[in-house]
Amino acid sequence: MSAFSDLVTHYDRRIFRMAKQITQNDDDAEDVLQETFLKAYSHLDDFQGNSKFYTWLVRIAVNEALMKLRKRRSDKTVPLDEPIDTGEDEVVREIAVWDENPEQQYSREELGALLDEAIQSLKPAYRTVFILRDIEEMSIEETADLLKLSISAVKSRLLRARLQLREKLTRLFKRKGDDAFAYL
Amino acid sequence: MLTCKQFLSELNDYLDDTLDPQTRSELTRHVNECPNCWVVCNTTEKTLKVFKGMEAKAVPPDIEHRLMAALEKRIADRGPICGQKKAEA
Repeated sequence: MSAFSDLVTHYDRRIFRMAKQITQNDDDAEDVLQETFLKAYSHLDDFQGNSKFYTWLVRIAVNEALMKLRKRRSDKTVPLDEPIDTGEDEVVREIAVWDENPEQQYSREELGALLDEAIQSLKPAYRTVFILRDIEEMSIEETADLLKLSISAVKSRLLRARLQLREKLTRLFKRKGDDAFAYL
Repeated sequence: MLTCKQFLSELNDYLDDTLDPQTRSELTRHVNECPNCWVVCNTTEKTLKVFKGMEAKAVPPDIEHRLMAALEKRIADRGPICGQKKAEA
């Protein structure tokens, strides 16, 4: 247990964060956290060793988190596989340069809360792709494989997610006096 | 000459540096000549940097305690698993 518990304490915060970001629910996130490590322990002999242990954990956790989301389909949550508008109306309204060191305007806690809020404002279909690709740093191919999406769908959702987050952060971080002007 | 919309559609691959040299060069020329696209590209890049720099907070102690208790119970029920060394690789 001690070697495994070392792995748990090393990775649990990242798995818990990801579970919260995907499910947006503390209870579900705790369930995902537990199930992930229990399954990992029970299937440790199945771990092939040809991928990183953390990537293997992420795959388990994402599947658990997505199951939680699917179970909540009857509520107001937008299902992960809803048709995605891939039209040309990409969200680019705020055109303003940022302050030199915007992160320093906020404490670590404040900034963390703002970033969490920004991620949570994304639709689940965009949010999950962004979390896997840009926070967990999985490849486009790994993300597509895990979410059972095409490469082009992952790229399209990722662009939407990145641009929507850029919009939100620009409203927070833009240099004073630099207002948006007409674009596209 | 690229349009802003064409630039935007390639923004992901441009930021991820996964384009062929010629396409990348065309996009770089556009972004250097178009102030709006320069700002969008620059602030999107900064957005990704801010998120990548975000550290995960520690799991609340009560949740971690319940996690460890569940694991200990699983181990007691099933016994230790011999593959633990693989996970450390």
